[in-house]
Order: sequence, then C-alpha cells, then structure tokens
Amino acid sequence: MMNGASVDRATAVAVGRPALRWGAVVRSLRGGLKGGEYTWAVAFVVPYIAVFLAFVAYPVVYGLWMGSEAGLYRELFADPIYQSTVVNTVLYLALGVNVKMFLALLLSGFFMRPGWWMKALLLIFVLPWAVPQISTFISIHWMLNGEWGFLNNVLYTLFRVEGPHWLNDRWMALGAVIVSHIWKWTPFWTLILLAGRMAIPLEIRDTARVDGATGLRGFVHITFPLLANLYLICTLLSTIFLLGDFNTVTFVSGGGPANTTHVLATLGIRNAFEIAHPRLGVAAVMSALPLVIPLVIVLMRKLRTAEVQL
Amino acid sequence: MSTITAEARLSSRAAARAHSAVRRRRYLSNAGTLVLSAALVVWTLAPIYNMVLISLEPEGDVFTDHIWPRVASVESFWGVLTQGHWYLEHFWHQFANSLYIGVMVTFFALLFGSLTSFAIGRMRLRHGWLVSNAALLTYVIPASFLAIPFYRIMQNYGLANNPWSVIAALVAFATPYAIFVFQEYGRSIPIEVDESARIDGASPVQVYLRIYLPLMAPALVAVGTYALLLAWNEYLYQFLLLSSKSSMTVPVALAQFLSSDQSPWNYMMATAIIYALPPIAIYYAFRRRMTAGLTMGGVKG
Repeated sequence: MMNGASVDRATAVAVGRPALRWGAVVRSLRGGLKGGEYTWAVAFVVPYIAVFLAFVAYPVVYGLWMGSEAGLYRELFADPIYQSTVVNTVLYLALGVNVKMFLALLLSGFFMRPGWWMKALLLIFVLPWAVPQISTFISIHWMLNGEWGFLNNVLYTLFRVEGPHWLNDRWMALGAVIVSHIWKWTPFWTLILLAGRMAIPLEIRDTARVDGATGLRGFVHITFPLLANLYLICTLLSTIFLLGDFNTVTFVSGGGPANTTHVLATLGIRNAFEIAHPRLGVAAVMSALPLVIPLVIVLMRKLRTAEVQL
Repeated sequence: MSTITAEARLSSRAAARAHSAVRRRRYLSNAGTLVLSAALVVWTLAPIYNMVLISLEPEGDVFTDHIWPRVASVESFWGVLTQGHWYLEHFWHQFANSLYIGVMVTFFALLFGSLTSFAIGRMRLRHGWLVSNAALLTYVIPASFLAIPFYRIMQNYGLANNPWSVIAALVAFATPYAIFVFQEYGRSIPIEVDESARIDGASPVQVYLRIYLPLMAPALVAVGTYALLLAWNEYLYQFLLLSSKSSMTVPVALAQFLSSDQSPWNYMMATAIIYALPPIAIYYAFRRRMTAGLTMGGVKG
C-alpha cells in the first residue's frame, strides 16, 4: 500500500499515530467526501468512464494502431483520388465554414429586428435544421438531376434556359455539396449568434447609440468585439463538425462523378468498405490529424472557460 | 419679428425635410426587409417544396418537367403507411427500430450524464476534472473518424447487426454534451440545497433522485431532445452496423432506395417526409428549451 519512504516519514513525523496518517492520505484522495459518500460518487461516474473507455478510448487506440504503418501513407499519398480529396476537403472547409458563419453573423443581426413578422420568418428559417439530413440531402440530390430535377425545371419554365447536369461536373458537384451544407447549417449557427447578440446588455447598446455608434460603426466597435469570442468558438466547432461530415457528400454528390468529390471522411469509409482496405481508410482519416490536433487543443481550452446559457 | 418668423419657417422646413428623409429611410428599410425575407423563404423552402412536390406525384408522373403538382395524389403516402410497395415491406419495423434506438440513447445519455455531473459538480469528486476533460475531448472528435475501428471492434464482439452496437456508439457521443450542459446548468443551483438535505440525513442517491433531478428538469428536457434527435438523424453508424433486414432503421432504408436503379421516387420522398415529421414536431414543441440549451453545444453533424 504505502511505499518505503512514506512509511519512514510517517513513523518519523507521527510515531504512534499511523491510523491518523492513513486517514489523511485517504482523505486527500477522496476530497471532502466521507466513506460512504465517496463510494457513491465513484459508483456514479463509473458507468460513463466505462462507456468512454470501451467506445471512445479503445476505438481511438485501435485506429491509431491500424493506421500506424508508414507504408500505408506512401500508398495513400500516391493515390490520385486522395490528392483530389485533399483539395476538396480544403475547399469545403474554407468555403463551407466561413461563408456559413458570415451569413449567420449577418442574419442574426437581421433577426434582431422587432415585430411578429420576424418571429414568423425565424420559424420558417430554422426548418432546414429541424428536418433530418438524409431527407433533405436526398431531395437536393434529385433537385439537381439534369433531366428531371426541380432546379432545371424552374430554369426552363421561367427563363427557357436548359440547365446543366449539375452533378456530372466535379466543380459544380462540389459547389452543390458546399451550398447544401450552408443551406442545412446556417440556421443553427444563426440561432446561436442570435442568442449571443441577445445576451449583450441593453444599456451597452443604448449608451453606444447615444455616443453615435449606430449601424456599421456600432457593429464594428460594439457588437462585434463582444461577439468575437463566441464567433471564434463557433467557427472552430463548425470546422471540426464539417471535417467529420459524412452525410452531405454521400447524399448530395455521392463522391461522384468518378470519385472526384470525396472529402476525407467519405474517402475513409469508401477505402474501408468499398475497396475493402480498412487500414487505408484509417490512414485517410488519420492524415487529417495535423489539422485536428491543434483544433482540438484550442477548442478544449476555449470551451472549458466558455459560459453556457440555458 | 420678421427674422423670427423666417427662422421658424426655415426650421420647420428643415424639420419637414428631415421627417421625409426618415420616412424614406424607413420605407427603404421596410422594402429591404421584405425582399430579404422573400429571398430567405424561397431559399429555405425550395428543397422541402421539392420533397412535397415529388411525394404528391402519381407513380409514373415523376419524370416530368412541371414545377407544381398537376394532380396531387396521396397515393405514395398511403403506400408507405400500409407498406404497399415492395420497397416498403418493412417500413413500420424500421420505424420501430429507429424509435427504439432513439429512446435507448436518450435514456442512457441522460442517466450517465446526470450521474456523472452530479458526482463531479455536486459531490465534488476529486479528479472529476479528468472525467469532464475526457468528455470534452469526445465532444470535439468527429464521430465519423472513429467509424472504421468501431466497426472492427463490434465485429470482434459479435455485435454486428445488433442495435446495441449503435446505441453504444451514440451514447458515447451524446453523453459528453449532456455532462457539459448539466455541469454548467448545475452551477445555477445553490449547493446549500444539497447540503441541507444531507444534514437532514438524505443519502447521495436520495439527493440525486429527489433534489438534483427535479431541479435539473429544464436541462434534462434540452439534452433529452438533443439525444433523441441525434439518434434519429444519425446515419453512418447505422449504415455500417445495421444492414440486415431485421435490424435496419429508416435512414439506412432510405439510402438503399437512393442507390437502387429504379427508385420509386414518389414513395421515397413520402418516406423521407414521414421520417422527418417526428423530429420536426419535437423541434417545434421543445423549441424554446432547445434554443436555450444549444447556445454552446449544438447538434453534432
């Protein structure tokens, strides 16, 4: 139980009171909790720790082990599909995250306007977020069909223009994926930024208005500095979520045409299950680690100090 | 005298000019609001309108070029509800599977999340921060990145095609958010409430059941809704782990529709709408609680 040194010290410092010493050690381990309470507290956290170890920590270690051969990465980097996937992922991240967050920032200001009309509009506006991804992405996929899709039907009916086959071209298909992502997730981030704006005390706004900070100047000098931290956290979180996004690409473009619109998350699954090379799939996902690790570190620091409103 | 009236006239003219400028600006701003609102409505509803449009087409009519339903028919909805098409033979079974997974994930995420945050936040368990950090780390790891090793592990355990493999994965990914929200929300409840109960002789379990859970009700509703929707909307893990006829869920069946050559598109869209109705209803019913609870967390994609 105790090692030699601490037994020595215990006997030297507190001769004849070993029981008290032992009690102190146990107390320091338990915090302020008494015996029975400590047992209960441990029993309360054990289920979650078990879930974490079995279904998060173990898969992480297993994945690291699967993707630990250097040869895999030579094979991966030589793959032309992988090379275009990296380009797609970077574009998807850069445009998907930033356009969406910027729109959300603007729209959250728009929805601050008073009136029942704004409230009603907000109810409609959040619909993309409330409808499941699979339903809407399947619908968008069919909308973009070159021959019978809704979009081309509208173009023809209104303007007599024959629309292109949207999903048969790499860049248009990738664009469709990015726009679908923006369509689906802008409402969610708008709501969060709207909550952030609502949390700014009215006195600050009123004082600023009296001092002449209205419109754009009010936004630059008052609103944005107060929202900046929230905006940064949202951007980082949204980057991580988007990096792990599997559904948008799978259902809107399906990775096609000819595997040119994959992102890392879908390429991993494709390598693992379509060409039955799981280790190559893990390697594809692992190649995102140089981006994921710094993001995770920054986010963990930010989120630990963040305040949650409920 | 005359100077005063001149001044007054001048100032009243300036006031009128200023007034009309204000009115013009308000008019422009109203017009801008109207245009932007209309654009937002069209943008938001287009894919949803497309879904409804196709689901209302009679079966042979899908491949046409009109942009409103010529003959609205609810045949496809009826087909889904009565499992009338060979593609939809197991619809209600799949629906039940989705519901079962959703309810189980909600229950366990709430149970484990509230127990953990009670032990860490209220009982002040030593080294509790290690557990909350593990939870936070899980929250920021993309779930899809762990899908391949998770699949292998479940194969090794012999849990393929078992709904519990998906429940385990989703509980593992939903509980961190629960812990996060519960701990933050718990800070608003004074610790003296627990302490006085304990002085009166209540055991930790009694404090948890009789005091902690009732006071946490708003957070429980917010997180429960989140977990239920997460499980209902999740696709990747269900696709990898539930491929047999008896274990399949609605999103997996929908995706199978998409990959087949002769998709009956009207039935597929009707299925997609019926599958979307429960989350929409839940969302609008618990809207206030959800928008309150998501300020920092969010629905993981």
